[in-house]
Amino acid sequence: MYKILLKEDLVPNIHLLKIEAPAIAAKAQPGQFVVLRVDEPGERVPMTIADWDEEEGSITIVFVEVGTTTRKLESLMAGDLITNLVGPLGLPTHIEKLGTIVCVGGCYGIASIMPIARAMNEAGNKVISVIEARSKNLLFWEDKLRSVSDQLIITTGDGSYAAKGWIPERIKELVGGGNKVDLMIAVGCTYMMMLCAETTKPFGIKTIVHLNPIMVDGTGMCGCCRVSVGGATKFACVDGPEFDGHLVDWDLLIARQGAYLSKELYSLQMWECQNWNKH
Amino acid sequence: MAKLNLNREPMPRQKPEVRAKNFNEVALGYSAEQAKAEASRCIQCPKRPCTEGCPVHVDIPDFIKAIHDGDMPEAVRILKSKNALPGICGRVCPQETQCEAVCSLAKKGAPIAIGRLERYVADWERTNTGLARSVLDPPVLTRKRVAVVGSGPAGLTVAADLAKMGHSITIFEALHVAGGVLMYGIPEFRLPKDIVQAEVEYVTSLGVELKLDWVVGKIISVDELLNNGYDAVFLGTGAGLPMFLNIPGENFNAIYSANEFLTRVNLMKAYKFPEYDTLVEIGRRVAVIGGGNVAMDSARCALRLDADEVYIVYRRSEAEMPARREEVENAKEEGIHFKLLTNPKQFLGSERNWVVGMECYEMELGEPDESGRRRPIAKPGSEFILDVDTVVVALGTTPNPLVPSTTEGLATTSRGTVVIEKTGQTTKPKVWAGGDVTTGAATVISAMGAGKVAASSIDEYLRGNVS
Repeated sequence: MYKILLKEDLVPNIHLLKIEAPAIAAKAQPGQFVVLRVDEPGERVPMTIADWDEEEGSITIVFVEVGTTTRKLESLMAGDLITNLVGPLGLPTHIEKLGTIVCVGGCYGIASIMPIARAMNEAGNKVISVIEARSKNLLFWEDKLRSVSDQLIITTGDGSYAAKGWIPERIKELVGGGNKVDLMIAVGCTYMMMLCAETTKPFGIKTIVHLNPIMVDGTGMCGCCRVSVGGATKFACVDGPEFDGHLVDWDLLIARQGAYLSKELYSLQMWECQNWNKH
Repeated sequence: MAKLNLNREPMPRQKPEVRAKNFNEVALGYSAEQAKAEASRCIQCPKRPCTEGCPVHVDIPDFIKAIHDGDMPEAVRILKSKNALPGICGRVCPQETQCEAVCSLAKKGAPIAIGRLERYVADWERTNTGLARSVLDPPVLTRKRVAVVGSGPAGLTVAADLAKMGHSITIFEALHVAGGVLMYGIPEFRLPKDIVQAEVEYVTSLGVELKLDWVVGKIISVDELLNNGYDAVFLGTGAGLPMFLNIPGENFNAIYSANEFLTRVNLMKAYKFPEYDTLVEIGRRVAVIGGGNVAMDSARCALRLDADEVYIVYRRSEAEMPARREEVENAKEEGIHFKLLTNPKQFLGSERNWVVGMECYEMELGEPDESGRRRPIAKPGSEFILDVDTVVVALGTTPNPLVPSTTEGLATTSRGTVVIEKTGQTTKPKVWAGGDVTTGAATVISAMGAGKVAASSIDEYLRGNVS
C-alpha cells in the first residue's frame, strides 16, 4: 500500500497527488512514468511522474479526471492509501545540451513537461516553454514552468489570459519568426501532440512526443501499448514513451486509444451509481 | 495389493456445455475413495522410473503408498519435501510426457494417474490446515541473503528451497501479485488463483520476504542488489515478451497478444467486469492463432466470455500441436473449432481501425525442419477470408530484455535467453538463472526443476563462503 501525502485540486478536473514512494523517488528521471492500481478491483493505469522529492521520499502525479480510475483517485485524500504503485518505468528523456529547446505542455502535460524543462534548463539549454489551457481558470503551474524556463509562452483557447488560441499557432509564430529551435518536446493530449508535430515538420525541427497509449503491465509484457513509428511496431512502455513525432502513425494511435470508450463510460457510470456518497 | 488394474480412476469434471459458460475449475478432483482406489493400482515397482521421470524427483511411489495407507500427513510431507508447489503441478504439469510416461503400468495399460494423486494430496493439505505443516524441521540460519527476481514457478522454487536450507530470501516481483505466469497466464478454470496464492503463502511461511511492484532493471539493478547486501541473485524473470506475426493489419483494435488477452482476463479479472474495472473486448467470432497450451487457454477463455464461434488457427496439423493432448480434447469438447493447416496472411480492418476479417493461406506439410516437425508451406492461390472480429495471437514468447539489458556481464543468446551452466550459473559472478528466461517458453515443472538445480548450486556457493 502506498500513502497519499498530499492532494491538491489544481483546476477543475485536474488534480495532483503526492504519494509516498521512496524507492521510486530515488530513481525517477524526467519523462518516466509509474503504473498504479487504486484498489483491488482497479485497472493498471500509467501516469507520468510530474515531480519527485528524494529527500521526502515522494512522487507527484497530475491527472485529468476522465474515467473510473481517475475518478477513484480524485476521491482520495491525504492519508488514504492506493494499493499498487510501480515504477519508474519507460525510458527517460534524453537530456543533453543542444541549444534552444521548446518544451510544450497541454492539459495534464503542463505538469509532465515541467521536470523535462527543468532538466533541459539545468543542462544549459535555452528553454522556451509553451503551455495552453482552454481558459484562464484551467491553467496551472505557471510559476513552476516560469522558474525552469528562459521564456514562457502561455496561450488560452478563449483568449481569457495571455495569447488567444492553441499551442500549434504559438509554435508556428515561434519557428516561423526565425527563432532557431534545436528540439521540441511535447506532452499532452494526442491531438495536440499530432498538430505540434505537423507544425514543425516543414521546418525540419526534431520533435519528440510523449505518447500515452493504453497500457496494462507497463513492462513490455502485453503489447497493448504498441504504436507504429516509422513503419515499425514499438511498445511505448519499454521502447518509449518518447518517439519522433514526425514518424508516429497518429491515426492508429488515436484509434487504439479509443478501443474501450463505450465500456469505459459504462464502468464510470456504474461506479458513480454505487459510490454516490463519495466525495 | 489388489490384482493388477489397468484402468485408471476417471477424473470427475464439469460437463462441457456447463463449463464452457463459467470460469470455475474444469477438473473437480478425486474424492478420498477415488484417490485410494487409484493409489492402490500402484505396484510399488522397485525401479521407480516415475521418480526419475520427474524434473524435481518427487518420491512418487512413497507418497502414493501413503495415500493408499490413509496416512495423508505423511503423503504431504513426502511430496512437499521435493515440491513446494504440488497443487499447481498436480494441475498443470504434463505428467503424460514425464512421470506417467515411464510408469511400469504404461507398458500394459493406463499408467497411474500421478498428477491427479498429487493434486489430491495438495488439496487435502489445503483443506486440512495444521495437520501437515509441523513436519518441517526449522533450518539453521546462515545469515546469507539471496535476491530472487521474479515469483513464477522458478523463483518460488528457488526461494522455498533456499529458505529451507536456512538462507534469507527476498523475492522481487514486478506485478502487483506473486505467481508470474501462474497468475497472469494460466486461466482460473485450469488453475484456480486461490490455489496459486495458497502455495505462494506456503513459500512466504518459510520466511521468504516478498516485495511486489518492484521491477528489477528499473527501480534497482542486479549490481545494486549485489552491492546492497545480497550474496547471490537468481533471475527467474520468465519469457514475458509476446511474439507477433509481423503481417499487415496486426495493430487493428481487438487484435491481442495472448499475453495481453490472458493478463486482462486472468490477472486483472476482466471476466468479472464491471465488478473489476479492467476491460476486454470480445466479439462474436474469435480466431486464436497458435497450437500451444496458451492458444488453448486463450480460446477457452474467449468461449467463456460469450463468443459465438472460436477458432484455433494453426499452420500445421493436429499431430504437430505442442499443446497437451488433454487440453486439446477439453477445447474440442467445449466446442472450439480447429482450423488446421491454416496460416494468416493479413488482417482486414474497418475504417475505424477494428479487425473485421483475416485472410489466410491453406498450408501443406513439407520436409521436417530444425524442430523435427514437418515444415508448413503455403499453397499458392489458396487464400480465403475467415470472418472474425477478434484475434488473439498466441505464437509464443521470448524473455523480457529488461534485466539482461541493464546487467553488465550477463551473456544472452541471439534469442534473448540468458546463458547458463548446468548448475544455473550465468556468466556473471554471483548470479544464477533458470526457467523460461534461460530456455524460452517451456513448462511450469521444467522451470521448477531448473530452480531446484540453481538452489543447490547457490547453497553450495554460499556455504563455501561460510568460513
